[in-house]
Parts: sequence; structure tokens; C-alpha cells
Amino acid sequence: MADTKKKLRNPFRKRPKEKRLNRSVAGNGILFFLMAVCGVFMALPLVMIINNSLKPLDEIFQFPPKIFVRNPTLENFSDLFVLMNNSWVPFSRYILNTIIITGLGMVGHVICASLAAYPLAKHHFPGKGILFSMVVLSMMFSWTVTQIPQYIIISWLGINNTYAALILPAFSFGMGLYLMKQFMEQLPDSLMESARLDGASEWKIFWSIVMPNVKPAWLTLAIFQFQQMWGNTGGLFLRNEELKPLQYALQQITAGGTARAGAAAAVTFIVAAVPIIFFLICQSNVLETMTTSGMKD
Amino acid sequence: MDAQISKEAYEIAAKQKKLGYQIKRNKASYLMLAPYFILFFLFTVLPVVISIGLSFTYFNMLEAPTFVGWKNYIKLFLEDDIFLISLKNTLIFAVITGPVSYILCLLFAWIINEFKGKVRAFLTLIFYAPSICGNAYMVWNLILTGDRYGYLNGILLKFGFIDEAILWMKTEKYVLPVLIVVQLWLSLGTGFLSFIAGLQTVDKSLYEAAALDGIKNRWQELWYVTLPSMKPQLMFGAVMQITQSFAVADISIQLAGNPSVNYAGATVVTHLLDYGSTRFEMGYASAIATVLFLLMIGTNKLVQRILRRVGE
Repeated sequence: MADTKKKLRNPFRKRPKEKRLNRSVAGNGILFFLMAVCGVFMALPLVMIINNSLKPLDEIFQFPPKIFVRNPTLENFSDLFVLMNNSWVPFSRYILNTIIITGLGMVGHVICASLAAYPLAKHHFPGKGILFSMVVLSMMFSWTVTQIPQYIIISWLGINNTYAALILPAFSFGMGLYLMKQFMEQLPDSLMESARLDGASEWKIFWSIVMPNVKPAWLTLAIFQFQQMWGNTGGLFLRNEELKPLQYALQQITAGGTARAGAAAAVTFIVAAVPIIFFLICQSNVLETMTTSGMKD
Repeated sequence: MDAQISKEAYEIAAKQKKLGYQIKRNKASYLMLAPYFILFFLFTVLPVVISIGLSFTYFNMLEAPTFVGWKNYIKLFLEDDIFLISLKNTLIFAVITGPVSYILCLLFAWIINEFKGKVRAFLTLIFYAPSICGNAYMVWNLILTGDRYGYLNGILLKFGFIDEAILWMKTEKYVLPVLIVVQLWLSLGTGFLSFIAGLQTVDKSLYEAAALDGIKNRWQELWYVTLPSMKPQLMFGAVMQITQSFAVADISIQLAGNPSVNYAGATVVTHLLDYGSTRFEMGYASAIATVLFLLMIGTNKLVQRILRRVGE
């Protein structure tokens, strides 16, 4: 922690160049080359989505198809906005729905899963092993068949056709708890022990010691959960048009077939761009933790 | 006096052993678990238990389920040839894509970790891109188009490897290998990002200590320092990999169709979807899900045992 403070005092001080141990120049060269070649392949979908969204209609229907756009235009986006304005439910309502569902579903899941992961990783109590293995095993059961019983339970609880039907199940996805528990397990026990001696409650330890130290984990979990919730169209659980998320409305637009191919390309772009922006925000914070975290045994 | 003390100590010990006392003492732990696990039981455990129960019934989603005993399972293994094909395909898929993709995730995460700042964030995005762009299949449809204009056919024709265009997704022997390649390309998802995050938590001072201890190059550093320090993430990555590679279905349906040519691209989950969403035979679909579930549990046990030996 001490050196963090020093950095804060003088932010313009040039950071001494970190010395990398055991690194050869040739090795760096080979790795860079490898990454460049593989990177081109991995970047293909991204390149294609961007190019498609900028293509005028005649290029979208061109045969054989080309990846790169020749006469870029923003027509597709203006078409999309016209379609949005004609929608029966105002588009802002879909956006609001998505913000509520994605936001609450993500924040709630990160908190619930982390809160449960802490005792599973660091406390000793009866039932711990069983609870944890149930979570891991639950990830292995096919989601397709559990959907029907889940629907019945949601109807029975009377939360069908409300936001809660999407948000509450999202709180308890298995992967998040597993991820958080694995990261918390790595924290040295001494970290919590000393806080306990100072009289801190378990809640306080969780918020002010455990969570800051596993920041890369919950930022990564936030990315996963954001993607998951953002992709949700409401499906079986939301019937009212005014409750449906943006993703559903956008899909309705693309369902217009060939006549709307341009707008559909713009939709594909927007659907991918939002999680990418969120991804970049989170990832840059994951990287920052490297320099600021004071986890030393 | 002594006897009295030891008797008191014995009573305290006995009291501590009681479950009620244990629960009371760990009240904070249970309170922290409560929000997650109440929802987890309602929305996950209960549906899974119901589904396993349904696997012993005939249930068409219109009438009430009727109990049929082991009939679904017997039919699955003795009468349903397509299930056996799909099971074989799934096993081939899992055995190849599982380990290869796991190692690729780890390798790429580790190499990206060698870079710094903006380059690093950019590389992470590029490699995660197929998982974040919903329609990644589109690219492969372009590459694999069966006529001369498909990119792959174009290249192979140009260099004279083949004389006429190949219908990639309509030729039985190519379907599975192509699907495996696409799946590998798509698979840098959850495991990859968790490795990236895991590498952040490795204590930097360990590297200095290792250098003093005579570790010569980055490969030794990876095996003796990095991997053992991120064992929990390795375990997590393995489970994610198992759940993904055994549940492959989407890419098969998108690229090869469902049903695919002679069931060359059929997997357990495409078979399950066929019964669950097309034929509405939920009892049978649940039986398929249960078999898959048991298969994954077994694999998980095996893999966790192997992973315990990392860095030894």
C-alpha cells in the first residue's frame, strides 16, 4: 500500500520501467508474430459486422459477397431510426426495460454470488461441501429441459410477466458463484484474520477486504452477466409488449426479411457494440488493479 | 477439581458437536449464503430435480405426465440409433475440443498477459470477439460456402489442391472436422477471460523469488510459478470447458442444420432439442439431459484429478 500512496502524491512522476525477468527478445518476436496471425482470424466477425453495417443495400446483396465495404454510408442507421420511431411501443420504453433488466440482473448477481462465495471459500460450517458441489453440478444440466419446470415455478410464485421473472433467476446462476469462490480461495487467511482481531464483523471484512482484493474476478463476472442479460429477449416470461427488452424489439425489426436487410445490419452492429463497450470499460479496470492492489502476504 | 474441569470441557465439546450449535455459531456464514441459495434452490435445483423426475414419464406438455419407468432410458440405448450416433459425435467433439481449447485459452491468456497497456486490452478484445459478436457464424458461412465463391474453396481451387468446389457442410466426412475447427475458434470465452483475470492475481514477488531460485526461461516460469498460483482458475476453466464441449449444439445447427446430412453433425444436445422443442416429448428429452448430466459429472471427476497434479 505504501508505494501506492507515493504514486498518488506525484502522479507525473515517471514510473520506473518494470524489469521483466526471464524474457528473451527472440521469444517476444515469435509470440508477437503468433498473436498477429491468430488475431486476424479472431477479429473476422468484428471486422465483418462493422463493414456490413456501413454497406449500402446493393453491396449487402452483392454476389459473391465481399467482406470490406467500398462506398461506406450511414443509411442503414438512419433507416433503423425511422423504423424505431414507427414502433408501436415507444423505443425509449424498450431501452428503459433493458437498463432495468440488465442492470439489476448483473449487479444483483455479482452481489449475491460474491456474498455466498465468501463463506464457501473461507468459512468452515456444516453443509459447505454439499452446497458447493450442487452449484458446480447444476451447470452441467441442460438448460433446455429445465426451462419448462422453471416456467411452472415462476408462474406459481406469481411473478410471471414481471421484470422479476427474468431478474430473480439471474441472481442465482451457477457460474458466478463458482468463479468468485475460486478467486476468494486464493486470498491469504492472514488478511482476514488480522481484520477479525481488530474487531471487524464478517460483513465488514467482505466489503472492505475481500471484495477489493478480488476486483479482477467480479469485473470479469460483470462482463459475463452483462452479456447474458443483454442477450435475453424475454422469451416465455414476458408477455406484455411494454415490458420487453430492447433485444426483442431489435429482433422484431430484423424479422422484416430482405426489405430490412440494411436496418438489420445496423441492428447487428448495435447489438454487438454495447457489450463491447461494457467489456472495454471492465477490462481496462481489470488491468488497472495490477498496479494498485496491495495484496501482499 | 480436575475431574470436574474435564467433565465441563467434555460437555462443552459435546455441545459444540451438535448441529444446532454449529449453525448458531456460523450464523453470519448462513446469512451470507441465504439470498443466493434460496433463489438457487427455487430456480435451479428444483427444476433439475423435476426434470430428472420427468425423465421417467411420458410427457407431451399438453397432458399430465404418465409414469413409464425406465422405458425412456431403454429406448435411448437400445432403439434410438440416432442417439448413439450423436453420443459418439459428442464424445469425439469433447475429447478433441475440450483439451485443445483449454490449452489454447490458457496459452493465449498467458501470451496476452506478456503485453502491456493498450495493446493488451486490444488483444483481449480481439480474441474474445467471437464470443461477444452474436452472429459469429456468419463469417463461417462465407468461408464455407459450397460453390466456387466460398473463400475456402476459392483458395484451394486457386492453388490447385482441389479440382472442383466442395460442399463442405453437405459432405458427411467434412462435417464433424469443420465443426470442431469452428468450435475451437469460438471457444475462447469464459475460460479465457477468467484466466486473464487469474493471471492478475499472481503475486509478482513470486517471479523475483523464482528468478533467484534459478528459473531460466518463461516456460519454466509458467510451469513452476504461474500455473500453480492459479490452480483455482484452472479448475474453473476446466468445468466451463466440459460444460461447453459436451453441450455443443448451436454451431452444428447453424452450419450443418438439424438434422444434418446423415446425422454427421448430430450431438446429444441437438438430439435433445429435436425431441424437446420440435416433437414436444419432454419426458424423453429429460432422459437425454440426465444421461448427458451423468457423462459430464464423470468427466469432471476425472479432469479435477488430473489438474491436482499441475506444477508437481
